[in-house]
Amino acid sequence: MPIAAAAASPLLEWRDPVYILAGFAGIIALGLMLVQPLLIAGYLPGLSAYRGRRVHLWTGGALVVAVVIHVGGLWITSPPDMIDALLFSSPTPFSPWGVIAMWAIFAVAVFAALRRRLGVRPRTWRIAHTLLAIVIVVGSVVHGILIEGTMETVSKAVLCALVLAATIKVMTDLQVWRKRAKLREESIARR
Amino acid sequence: MTSVIINRRNLLAAGGAVLAAGVSGLVVPARAQGLVPTPSMSGGSNNYRAGAPTVGRIGKGGFWMSGTVRRAGDGAPLAGQRIQIWAHTTEGREHDPQSHGATLTDKNGAFRLEMPQIIPVFGQPHGHLAYDSGEFKTVFLRPVMRSAKDTSLEAHFVLQPA
Repeated sequence: MPIAAAAASPLLEWRDPVYILAGFAGIIALGLMLVQPLLIAGYLPGLSAYRGRRVHLWTGGALVVAVVIHVGGLWITSPPDMIDALLFSSPTPFSPWGVIAMWAIFAVAVFAALRRRLGVRPRTWRIAHTLLAIVIVVGSVVHGILIEGTMETVSKAVLCALVLAATIKVMTDLQVWRKRAKLREESIARR
Repeated sequence: MTSVIINRRNLLAAGGAVLAAGVSGLVVPARAQGLVPTPSMSGGSNNYRAGAPTVGRIGKGGFWMSGTVRRAGDGAPLAGQRIQIWAHTTEGREHDPQSHGATLTDKNGAFRLEMPQIIPVFGQPHGHLAYDSGEFKTVFLRPVMRSAKDTSLEAHFVLQPA
């Protein structure tokens, strides 16, 4: 829906294909951010929490690719504006939010790839991922809301609200801050 | 002898005047030394092209960029100053040569150049202006439109000697 609404934007008429691609990669990234928590909690129909976790890894990878296309495309469109944003010296208030979210996304991806090799304890990983996920979601939502671009206002606000709601719901449902052993005891007791 | 009558109306007016003076004092702290030079805005020089031609109009027009150029200190209007203007418009991107043009200030230090409609780019509808003729210090401005539907935009320069 938000993509269809953005595809109808009159602004597209005056934009390059690369700029359009970069913008839509950003919208897709925001959409993936809605799917991510739902996958990990197994809330998507047809995908158990176990299958969901596998898919979560792939959509996480897709999110990294979408962000790289977003930033790369904007760099090609206007290098000085992108450099300003990356150096936190941009006049636009939404830029730092997006850049912080980008680094948090990259951090999660690198951490996810290396955590077994580094021997990171599951609980440490879970807390780190949760904190970074909060940074990613808040950063991306503020970034999106403050931008005046091709996204249609209502569909953008709805998507942002859904991303926030899904994140909060899944984090409270999974009680990510609790010790895993305790959860295991409870699930055994329930059986 | 003049009598001072204090009623509610002139009390309010006096209070408002004091408030206004206080606020403007905050905005322009160096008032005592005269008009303060305008600093360059961040991102103002992005996609700048040196030596844009002086034109009667950029492209087909329909949008007005206007402003004033004054001297720091005494605020005297500066006539004949060259101001360069560029933006992402319906007719071209910021870095396209046809999106750039320059105009001169009149005897009152005012300038006004017609250009194509500015549209939002990089998340904000904004224009770029530059003073870079050398007599005064170079200044780059990047004003943002209140609404993308606006058909005009203003920017004001206060220049200091180079």
